[in-house]
Amino acid sequence: MARDLTYLSATELAALLATRQLSSVELVQSCLARVQAVDTQVKAFNSRDEAAALAAARESDARRAAGQARGPLDGIPVGFKDVIAVEGQPLTCSSKMLANYVSPYDATVTTRLKAAGAIPLGRLNMDEFAMGSSTENSAFGPTANPWDLTRVPGGSSGGSAAAVAAGELPLTLGSDTGGSIRQPAALCGIVGLKPTYGLVSRFGLAAYASSLDQIGPLSRTVDDAAVLLQAIAGHDERDSTSFKADVPDYRAEMAKRSGPWRIGVPKEFFGAGLDPEVGAAVQSAIGHYRKAGCEIREVSLPLAAEQAIAVYYLIATAEASSNLARYDGIRYGHRAAKAKDVVDLYFQSRAEGFGDEVKRRIILGTHVLSSGYYDAYYLRAQKVRTLIRNEFAAVLKDCDALLSPTSPTPAFRIGEKSSDPLAMYLTDIYTISVNLAGLPGISVPCGFTAGGLPIGLQLIGRPFDESGLLAIARHYEQAHDWRNFHPSL
Amino acid sequence: MSAGSDLNIDYVANLARLALTDEQKARYARQLGDILHYVDKLKQVDVAGVEPMAHAAPVFNVWQTDEPRSGLTTGQALRNAPAQRQNMIVVPKVVE
Repeated sequence: MARDLTYLSATELAALLATRQLSSVELVQSCLARVQAVDTQVKAFNSRDEAAALAAARESDARRAAGQARGPLDGIPVGFKDVIAVEGQPLTCSSKMLANYVSPYDATVTTRLKAAGAIPLGRLNMDEFAMGSSTENSAFGPTANPWDLTRVPGGSSGGSAAAVAAGELPLTLGSDTGGSIRQPAALCGIVGLKPTYGLVSRFGLAAYASSLDQIGPLSRTVDDAAVLLQAIAGHDERDSTSFKADVPDYRAEMAKRSGPWRIGVPKEFFGAGLDPEVGAAVQSAIGHYRKAGCEIREVSLPLAAEQAIAVYYLIATAEASSNLARYDGIRYGHRAAKAKDVVDLYFQSRAEGFGDEVKRRIILGTHVLSSGYYDAYYLRAQKVRTLIRNEFAAVLKDCDALLSPTSPTPAFRIGEKSSDPLAMYLTDIYTISVNLAGLPGISVPCGFTAGGLPIGLQLIGRPFDESGLLAIARHYEQAHDWRNFHPSL
Repeated sequence: MSAGSDLNIDYVANLARLALTDEQKARYARQLGDILHYVDKLKQVDVAGVEPMAHAAPVFNVWQTDEPRSGLTTGQALRNAPAQRQNMIVVPKVVE
């Protein structure tokens, strides 16, 4: 009988590959068998190219046999949120608009992962154009939470989180504009890292809100997140917002950063709206750090807590309305069959191609940028954004990291919030301000509700100090065995 | 700052080049009214003298050398075109 690789971490799998106890072909076949067994229930995948994955696995095995293995990701399957370009593969953004689109080039993260020997294995479901917190806004239908199939996996990187949680893939990439990596990681009981804005190139990421979007890893362990980040981080001249800085060796740096740390707890993140079981689990994590000798300091982030969602929905929708103007039915994407002239072609193609949430955000973004409203909404939001960034900078001067819940509640039921956009937007209350400030944030599992739903702990770090953030997250992870619990699929 | 009732959905949908049904217009107007009412809370913040923030990282002008380099081939660039003829994208007539 074949050994069970289902819930091994990428680091554990890499050790098996390195010692030749496992071949990449066997690993890819194992993942594909797991997908076959569970994905009719979870629906994490939009598409997969199994032949290409197996061919890449054979090449990896050949490299290893020739003594030319390329490092810890060589031969490891990685899933891509369906918003990141992989040459020759579909790139749908889970939208009817791009249902037939095939990417003519690789995103920079894709190029880097291929160079590291990783195997692209499939495209993962998401909220259409990354707009949502539940993966219900997908033209392909919702993804289910592996822990309870009647519940959402979070979003917008819900397919990426569910695939890891369900044991289909050890590693996936997501994108995070307002919490879209961290919130689904929390709701699915895995690790999700949003890097500092500018650390990972956005070239080849279909744009939603360009000043907020950032690609990052979803994984079973903090070590794995570090390994995946290592491969994708670093300056890229094709992204003008990419930061010119040396990328450290994250795992080596992580090992050096042993604490004890000074950890700030924003008091406003523990108020009304926080589920009591989530609150208790996060308090218990605070207790862990306190016992380890860390100084726990109460801090205050009034604007981040009170104003971030308002700021986010003005800035994100404004940028989205501008970014999504490119979908006009002319050069690529859905084109309406019946249009009386070229202008009508724009109107009809966009009406047919975009789903409900995307249309709603385009309308909001267009309104807040329109003449007479720009100063009142968009410009004012950008100013409050400055104040939110300053607020974080002030508390992070004295703290190595901030600690909070990732999501105010565990996974909610499919359909529960879909008719009330504002209620849905409020599920990102603890994550959104981190994007506004451009900081790195990570969600790690910190327990379960009595009903068996995962709970996530969010840690927020200083800009470009991913090493410190990962070290603090790993300290908690190593002292707990949450990763040994698995959904019963 | 204005309340949600200032949202003229026909005007905005026209700016956005987005055809909406009457049902969508009514629903979005209601939902966006709620959201615009919610974002009105930004009025509580004193922003006098505050510079707007465009980006999180201190990135300013980025210049690249002005030299030709290879890009997508014609075939790659046209791969996703909804309609094409003789290496060009076909569009409805735009001039009389």
